[in-house]
Amino acid sequence: MAGNGEKKPILEMVQADGAQEDCVTFVMHDEDHTLGNSLRYMIMKNPDVEFCGYTITHPSESKINFRIQTRGGVPAVEPLQKGLKDLHEVCQHVLNTFQTKVNEYKEREETPME
Amino acid sequence: MAATSRNVEEIRNRVILEEFGVKNVHTTDFPGNYPGFQDCWDMKNFQKNFRIDVVRLDENNIEFDMVGIDAAIANAFRRILLAEVPTMAIEKVFIYNNTSIVQDEVLAHRLGLVPIKADPRLFEYKNIAEESGEQDASEIDTIQLHLKIKCSRNPRASKESSDPRELYLNHMVYSKDIKWDPLGNQADVFADCRIGAVHDDILIAQLRPGQELDVVMHCVKGIGKDHAKFSPVATASYRLLPDITLMEPVEGEKAERLKRCFSCGVIDLEDVHGKKVAKVVNSRLDTCSREVLRHEDLKNLVKLGRVRDHFIFTVESTGILPADVLMQEAIKVLMAKCQMFLNELSCAGTQ
Repeated sequence: MAGNGEKKPILEMVQADGAQEDCVTFVMHDEDHTLGNSLRYMIMKNPDVEFCGYTITHPSESKINFRIQTRGGVPAVEPLQKGLKDLHEVCQHVLNTFQTKVNEYKEREETPME
Repeated sequence: MAATSRNVEEIRNRVILEEFGVKNVHTTDFPGNYPGFQDCWDMKNFQKNFRIDVVRLDENNIEFDMVGIDAAIANAFRRILLAEVPTMAIEKVFIYNNTSIVQDEVLAHRLGLVPIKADPRLFEYKNIAEESGEQDASEIDTIQLHLKIKCSRNPRASKESSDPRELYLNHMVYSKDIKWDPLGNQADVFADCRIGAVHDDILIAQLRPGQELDVVMHCVKGIGKDHAKFSPVATASYRLLPDITLMEPVEGEKAERLKRCFSCGVIDLEDVHGKKVAKVVNSRLDTCSREVLRHEDLKNLVKLGRVRDHFIFTVESTGILPADVLMQEAIKVLMAKCQMFLNELSCAGTQ
């Protein structure tokens, strides 16, 4: 998406006072269900995560509150990074498979004509 | 009711369509929910179960199946196709002369909605940093088009005709009249592309003799989230593969009625020992109207559902980019989003 780094934060972390690093709410700007739901799915698949959810605080503002609580003393940033990496890998695999299949289809369509 | 192993498989894999509602909609296979199942994220498992089958592909349409992925990610692709794949569209309209009946703002609105055939990947977003001053249209972020047309009376028309097509010249302004003005080095870079409207026959305005239009237009790169004119798809949608199971053999006249409750080609009648027996042939063609559940004697013979991880995508492009290219761009947009946050986290981590 276009320009969002000029002194405007795109990711903030909010932590309750006194809590350790394992319960954090991330505020992601300029995001909505597109990234929120898919990221939530990937992070929920992580067995270290006790709670993961996101809300859109108000439909007029394009930002999401993304909360992660972990068990076993794991800092909450780790499942977030792992979730983002896993989602990135999933997309890469989907892209490769899609390109292969489309090329195969196009070749199959051409060969009967020869 | 105790969860037998078959029941559990059904809860995990199927969305159940009942008479008055839909059950088991949400994904529940997260680690810890089902004892005995390994539900942690496993890339190898995903790659083993994932597949894509292209059913139909032509210039502007693609229909393909995506199997083995969750609804959250499939929906993300659909949302990105509608709203976050960038295209070029007319944004600024400089009206030098408009004596037609169509008001300036209405004309500008209509021009904005005309799809422009220019590959958006070759252009940059326009920097809106400057506030008041007119930003110069540079060749890397703007396409300049013009539309100059004047309607006049046809001198060769016969006296009695009342057909506007005969009486007037240029009385219908079509999108083919939009011409490109190359800026800077665009003439060399785009020497072999025809930059203009995708379709030639979009009616923009109607004129009568003496009326004319003289407008200059600037196209910029944008996304559907900003304005729907930037959306590259006519529509992009998906549906889940229907799953029809017959609980007991259905024969004779009931089989005929059962066949009529579903779409054509879903149920076929086979000849077994002289009797007609119903068989599910191709559940993909069904539109899931649940008509069978309206008949008292038929509704307990069938179980209707959908396969939760089998998505049948249909993407129809407006013609700016081919449909398969659009899908690839959408996947790249999602990857870019993830990468952006990963970079943010690693920057924040090193500080």
